Amino acid sequence: MPHIEIDGSEIEVAPGATLMDAAAQAGIYIPHFCYHKKLSIAASCRMCLVEVEKAPKPLPACATPVTDGMKVWTRSERAVEAQKGVMEFLLINHPLDCPICDQGGECQLQDLAVGYGASNSRYAEPKRVVREKELGPLISTDMTRCIHCSRCVRFGQEIAGMMELGMPGRGEHTEVMPWLEHQVTSELSGNVIDLCPVGALTSKPFRYKARGWELSRRRTVSPHDGLGANMLVHVKDGRVYRAVPQDNEAVNECWLADRDRYSYEALYSEDRLTRPMVRDGDRWVEVDWGKALAQVAGALKMLRDTHGGDAIGVLASPHQTVEELHLLQKLARGLGSDNIDHRLNHSDFAADAGRAGAAWLGLPVAELSNLDRVLLVGATVRKDQPLAAQRLRQAVKAGAQLSIIHAADDDLLCKVAHKLVVKPSALVQALAQVARALQEAGLDVGAVAASIGGVAVTDAARAIAGSLRGGARKALLLGSLAQQHPRAAELHQLAWAIGQASGARVGFLSPAANSVGAQVLGVQPAGGGRNAGRMLAEPRKAYVLMGVEPELDAYDARQALEALRGAEFVVALTAFKGAAPDYAHVLLPIAPYTETAGSYVNMEGRLQAFHGAVKPLGETRPAWKVLRVLGNLLELPGFEFDSAEAVRAEALPEGEATVRARLDNAVEGVALAHPAPVEGLDRVGETPIYQLDPLVRRAPALQKTADAAAPEVWAHGELIARLGLEEGGQVRVTQGEGAAVLRLRRDDRLPVDAVRVAAGHPLTAGLGARLGTLSLERL
Amino acid sequence: MTLLTPESLAQIDREIAKYPAEHKQSAVMAALRIAQTEKGWLSTETIEYVAEYLGMPAIAAYEVATFYNMYELSPCGRHKITVCTNLPCQLQGAGDIAEYLKKKLGIGFGETTPDGRFTLKEGECMGTCGSGPLCLHNNHKMYTRLTPQTVDQLLDGLK
Ligand code: SF4
Ligand code: FES
Ligand code: FES
Repeated sequence: MPHIEIDGSEIEVAPGATLMDAAAQAGIYIPHFCYHKKLSIAASCRMCLVEVEKAPKPLPACATPVTDGMKVWTRSERAVEAQKGVMEFLLINHPLDCPICDQGGECQLQDLAVGYGASNSRYAEPKRVVREKELGPLISTDMTRCIHCSRCVRFGQEIAGMMELGMPGRGEHTEVMPWLEHQVTSELSGNVIDLCPVGALTSKPFRYKARGWELSRRRTVSPHDGLGANMLVHVKDGRVYRAVPQDNEAVNECWLADRDRYSYEALYSEDRLTRPMVRDGDRWVEVDWGKALAQVAGALKMLRDTHGGDAIGVLASPHQTVEELHLLQKLARGLGSDNIDHRLNHSDFAADAGRAGAAWLGLPVAELSNLDRVLLVGATVRKDQPLAAQRLRQAVKAGAQLSIIHAADDDLLCKVAHKLVVKPSALVQALAQVARALQEAGLDVGAVAASIGGVAVTDAARAIAGSLRGGARKALLLGSLAQQHPRAAELHQLAWAIGQASGARVGFLSPAANSVGAQVLGVQPAGGGRNAGRMLAEPRKAYVLMGVEPELDAYDARQALEALRGAEFVVALTAFKGAAPDYAHVLLPIAPYTETAGSYVNMEGRLQAFHGAVKPLGETRPAWKVLRVLGNLLELPGFEFDSAEAVRAEALPEGEATVRARLDNAVEGVALAHPAPVEGLDRVGETPIYQLDPLVRRAPALQKTADAAAPEVWAHGELIARLGLEEGGQVRVTQGEGAAVLRLRRDDRLPVDAVRVAAGHPLTAGLGARLGTLSLERL
Repeated sequence: MTLLTPESLAQIDREIAKYPAEHKQSAVMAALRIAQTEKGWLSTETIEYVAEYLGMPAIAAYEVATFYNMYELSPCGRHKITVCTNLPCQLQGAGDIAEYLKKKLGIGFGETTPDGRFTLKEGECMGTCGSGPLCLHNNHKMYTRLTPQTVDQLLDGLK
């Protein structure tokens, strides 16, 4: 290991380290702009020049590898002179608009100019001016401020996986820009705001809203996908002004998905429910908490007494906190009902009898970046877990083989080794082929051995199996589509068998921030109660809803709405009104994640707690408090808590250890049937990235992005031709009783007999099963 | 229908073959040159087409096209005359030759004659300083030791 001397102190550094790494190790700060620990080395800004013994010129620390015996001075007269020289050049073309720049106060150039800049400029000639670029609803530009560090460009190429920005031109004519007038579309685009060392790229929704130094920072956890990205919300006068990433190498590294970053805007949506409301005939009246809660308790008690606990169904969102979910299941069971579930968008619950524990990722999140074999089954991972997809891309870049079995051949922005793209009802068959290929290769596929003998193996399946047999660190991951599949249990069983045979770890990509927590806490039937599917298929007399919008969340949105409309009593604990006034009888305003203390369990079983960042809006109350009072009113035992921490201590007595002890992806006893794939056209009905939960649905900037465009019908060109339809024309989509009229678009990445029609959107809420069959007809 | 002729594509394929298969985009400079030779200049459609052909983002090909000044990003005359005006050529009379060309064609540097026949450009050192003054015709053919007479001959020969 090389020894070097840096600013007089001797240190030993790893071979291949750069002077920048060595300085970081020695706790020495070297000024820099283009260098970033997660990006490749550009060595273009020259701010990091240092003096090295025997070198005739100062050298850039970020690009100079250490050699044994090197002597380096980072603050010598020569080094500082070089750094000041670079700063003078950088400032030549930089505008003096700090007073109106959003980056003011948190700008690397501003900070370093204080240290290395002269107090006045020797440059009196005109400065260059650069035309603004329209990058879309999330990012504002002030391109005259750009110092050409190229971080934003490298981020696109290396992390986001799509080069949306480039630096055409040369010398002072260089400009950062997209191709033609394209807007940026990456689901990770907002990170360039953090990366940009100046105010050239800033947050559009935050523009001119507040100054960095007026804001206080509160740690929290993203409430969206199952990754549980760590973030800071910035707060002023009791209001959240923006969200930025909080570094955590084990979870989100230094990134945030746009969904995590921009959803805060929804906290102040006009649709926020801020006072309890009760239905009075056809009218809604605002009442005080006492009256609303008394009405809820009275109604639930009455229905329980007359019809028994089974008359009550409880549906909770997996985006609610551990504490809220724990108290809700306690309340349900206290009322004598085991009808509780968080899996509204699932359709097959058969694995419940045979699963050994809560479904989780099966490995630490950080290991996603180091896998060498991955099989993704039914996973639209870029849209569902954008940062997990980013980690998988890093793995592929490092040589991993990634294969997919899915109902769409979406661009994962990385090399895909092998693929089996089939319509949803053929997914089980496709996975069975991989199991059979392993069996043919002489591997033991355990319990499924007897039922896959007759499966004909395609070349693609054999290639996938072959890939899984190689490599040391490997995983088979089931995505949202596999989890919502009408034969999810068989997929699970087959995945487990393939994992056992090949040595791949089997995991689930959790769709929601607390999907794992909800399972661990028992927010699903434990004693013969009804799961979400049965609760909606066999309507209950009363429903308790917490954080859900069943007309959007449910597997069969149409059926869900009918069940709710027919109920005698529905209480919705919710942060937003949404469509609840249509079917509910009482609306209780509960706090979103920024307004309550709580915790989430992410996909790897990590328990992450946070405090409320701001006070609840209006008369909103944290849901755990609402449930506590409701428990007391219902005279249920064990509802005396004085803090969220106390609830958590009861829910998870050993904290994260309790969670870990309950994680297990093993499953047994699921029978494999071999029905032929369903005749006709299958619907691929996924939740779009910006329709995942009530918050993102109401985030205005996200709703203006291309990813949030109104659902359209996507079909393969061959199918369009076969049905005599017209690309771009309106078609009627019919599923049983439900229908919707949407525009037809072509996507040859879909199987020929599958049609993609997004779920979770008001325009398609009238349709039926997410993965059911449908028909198309010309208008 | 492809945007470039089969002959141009065959030439590009020859360039691509010089690099490992996964580094197709290394051929971008050659591919842009070939495309420009066919089309006369590089429109955004042409750049996009070349980028797609090489499996690279269009913006990355555009970076290359804007970096080197022998790529033309706007329509240009059938005959592009680039005169070197760097010091060694200047000392041998490049300034006078440039003036002569401007007057004769009735255009300045960076301009095109109304009939679309000639474009005049100012160039940087072409590494042939011993033979100045000199100019380049359509990036490919060089004419050295220019005098007003040889310039006249040259222009007459270019229809
Ligand atoms: S826009 Fe910002 S991040 Fe991008 S090159 Fe310019 S200064 Fe760097
Ligand atoms: S940080 Fe080293 S050259 Fe930019
Ligand atoms: S200066 Fe004209 S060719 Fe070198």
